[in-house]
Amino acid sequence: MGITQVLFWFLSILAILGAILVVISKNPVHSVLWLIVVFVAISGHYILLDAQFLAIVNLIVYAGAIMVLFLFVFMLMNLNAETEPQKNRWLKIAGVVAGGSLLLVLVAALKQADLKTKIAEMNRGDIGLIHNLGLTLFQDYVVPFEISSVLFLSAMVGVVVIGKKE
Amino acid sequence: MNIQLVWLVPVLPLVGFLINGLFRNSLSKGLTGIIGSGTILLAFVISLLIFGQVRQEGFEGTVVTLFDFISVGKLHIPFAFQVDQLSTLFLLIITGVGFLIHLYSTSYMHEEEAPHFARYFAYLNLFVFSMLLLVLGANFIILFIGWEGVGLCSYLLIGYWFKNLDYGNAAKKAFIMNRIGDLGFLIAVFLMINQFGSVTFSEVFAKASTAKIGVLTAITMLLFVGATGKSAQIPLYTWLPDAMAGPTPVSALIHAATMVTAGIYMIARSHVLYDLTPVTQGVVAVIGLLTALLAATIALKQNDIKKVLAYSTVSQLGYMFLGLGVGSYTGAVFHVMTHAFFKALLFLGAGSVIHAMGGEQDMRKMGGLRKWMPVTSMTFLLGCLAIAGIPPFSGFFSKDEILSAAYSKNPVYYGVGLFTALLTAFYMFRLFATTFSGKFRGTHEQEHHLHESPSAITIPLIVLAILAVVAGFLGIPAALAPNAHWLERYLEPVMGESHVAEVAHGTEIGLMALAAILATVVSLMAWFRFKSKPELGEPSGFGKVLANKWYVDELYNAIIVKPLDLLAQLLVWVEKNIIDAIVNGVGRLVQYSSRQLRLLQSGQVGGYVLLMVVGILVLFLVELFVKK
Amino acid sequence: MPINYYIFLSVALFCIGVAGVLTRRNAIIIFMCVELMLNAVNLLLVAFSKMHYHALSATAPHAGIDGQLFVFFIMVVAAAEVSVGLAIIVMMYRNTHSIDVNFLNRLKH
Repeated sequence: MGITQVLFWFLSILAILGAILVVISKNPVHSVLWLIVVFVAISGHYILLDAQFLAIVNLIVYAGAIMVLFLFVFMLMNLNAETEPQKNRWLKIAGVVAGGSLLLVLVAALKQADLKTKIAEMNRGDIGLIHNLGLTLFQDYVVPFEISSVLFLSAMVGVVVIGKKE
Repeated sequence: MNIQLVWLVPVLPLVGFLINGLFRNSLSKGLTGIIGSGTILLAFVISLLIFGQVRQEGFEGTVVTLFDFISVGKLHIPFAFQVDQLSTLFLLIITGVGFLIHLYSTSYMHEEEAPHFARYFAYLNLFVFSMLLLVLGANFIILFIGWEGVGLCSYLLIGYWFKNLDYGNAAKKAFIMNRIGDLGFLIAVFLMINQFGSVTFSEVFAKASTAKIGVLTAITMLLFVGATGKSAQIPLYTWLPDAMAGPTPVSALIHAATMVTAGIYMIARSHVLYDLTPVTQGVVAVIGLLTALLAATIALKQNDIKKVLAYSTVSQLGYMFLGLGVGSYTGAVFHVMTHAFFKALLFLGAGSVIHAMGGEQDMRKMGGLRKWMPVTSMTFLLGCLAIAGIPPFSGFFSKDEILSAAYSKNPVYYGVGLFTALLTAFYMFRLFATTFSGKFRGTHEQEHHLHESPSAITIPLIVLAILAVVAGFLGIPAALAPNAHWLERYLEPVMGESHVAEVAHGTEIGLMALAAILATVVSLMAWFRFKSKPELGEPSGFGKVLANKWYVDELYNAIIVKPLDLLAQLLVWVEKNIIDAIVNGVGRLVQYSSRQLRLLQSGQVGGYVLLMVVGILVLFLVELFVKK
Repeated sequence: MPINYYIFLSVALFCIGVAGVLTRRNAIIIFMCVELMLNAVNLLLVAFSKMHYHALSATAPHAGIDGQLFVFFIMVVAAAEVSVGLAIIVMMYRNTHSIDVNFLNRLKH
């Protein structure tokens, strides 16, 4: 088992553990912190897959900006474990069973598919580099890119309208 | 006269029906009568013109096709009329007697209000139309249309005074009894279509000899079942006496002269089939004979003047079936004709009496009417002589022809037939003596009211009386004068050679003389017995059984109507408690389940999301696992 | 690395996200679980892009680059969504002094 495999398994276990802890933490602030762990683990996966640009963007945008936003909101509202609303036990069980069943069904379906020969290549290739991504983005995807700027603008306007006190 | 114009004959009454039926609220009674009778008269004239052509030597029956009626796959049923000697004869009888009865009705029904008067004439015209369709049809389907049409008109006219519940019930009884027979007829037609692929007379008769004898027997038996319904034979005869609830002219036209002879016409028309099936012929003969005897015995003890005539009609129809059964088709048709004359005459005479008596039908309250109603009593006497079979009146010849044919087939038939003829003579003269001689037994008011009927009533009586007297000479038996049987020669193109084994002329004359003498003796016996001492009391002993019609109605009630009623009650229970319960249960289930399902819309976003996930899960399961 | 390892990992993360959405009542936690699901999908997209690259790079040097660009767009949309969503949650907190989604049962009416 090479270093790549060791890293893969470590990051995978870290991500799943983090995700589970996000869900089961009583304190919302802990949840946010565990989510950041998950994002970091996923960024590690990106690096393993030679998607360096995405890894950095993921860290900056998600683990940095968005999660900080969440934290701010929590702190703004002064939420903690005591004020955390709890669903009743049966609904929780139902939710877990539903999610578990979904997992079971998808795994069972994928088990049947013959994917052994398909390899996600590591340690090789340059499509994840900012140079190649940028070329494709501004040649083939320039229109969606521009449109996404409009989306941002409208989201910004929307947030201002909603957040404004009447 | 162009034969192709034969369609005018049925269309004229139809026009009369439409005018009288549609404008019944605005037409005056006089106009209604003129339209109703006039169309029939015109039809009669046209029939006469056609007859003028048909009676010529060597005339072959022609089929006049008007249009394609049903065309399905290989089955083609044209709307076609068969014009030949047999149908033309019936045309004459129907339009001729029909016209006289229409004329009679204008006076008899005069007390009705104008719209009802017009309704009456509309029904009557519709009846004549249907009857003409029945005899003119060139295939069994057209015949069946007419067959159903006359049944419908019979129902409508029996229930003409529909406000009386009993009359309505009588109408329903007639209709249902007829339907039972019609079902047999219909199955026979289907069998024909199955076997021969056609219902046209000529084609069916041409292919008949190739069919299996069993199938042919089934067809003829089923046709005969239809005939027993329409022509009131055992076991479906009970409707005819009840049908007397209708106006008397209706009884004369429909329930004596024409409609009830439809069965005889149909069997005579399909005689080719019957000749091939001796079993059915035997059944027809025996049923006819039994009906004749049974009805005659019942008629002995009836006190209602119309009921006596009704049972005598059933009895005479039995005679005709006896004729058909022993192969004397000409004799049966001959008897249809003479019977149409004298029975119409008797019914119209009875109507005249009832009219004079102010609606009274019980003979025990009449008596001595000869004094007030000379024309009616005279013509009635002629009718009685004719039906009793006293020479040289018409009934003698036609009855004799059937009886001699029966003798050649089986002397037992002859014996029973002769006995029935004597019973006929007896009850007819009982009727005549009780009604027209002796002292008047009604109320003073009725006596004051008594009068001879107006000419619109007496003229038809006189015409029919003349016909009843002379019609017999159309069929003088060969034993008396060779080649004098005009009717047999006339019908030969349709009926073919006589199917009856010839009886030695000496024997035949002997039989005739025996019948004539016995009939005369019995008639005189009855006359002298009832002339001054009519039966007024209630009958006792065996007479009571006869007066109650052998309790056949009660028997039918017990073995058919009651169980059906019980079944109907059971079905009502099933309908209420099972079918309704299912229907209501479905409704309640939907209500209940929707009340429960409503709880799903809790407004809780979490709940919705859970359901969404479950839905996705189900979709995945179906898509990934079930489809394969 | 065989692609199915990545698929299983992504599915696991996604289902944990689903379970989180279903079991929690805190609107912000639910939101975070949605982000988790989005990231699971992103990871899968990147893995697939490299799978395609492995299969097709001999003929097309940039095979599979679309997958990574889609991740990029998903991040864009997610960022916009988070900003609006958080604004709504703040708004809701301002009105009800709670971020319990069960208070949002107006959909019933």
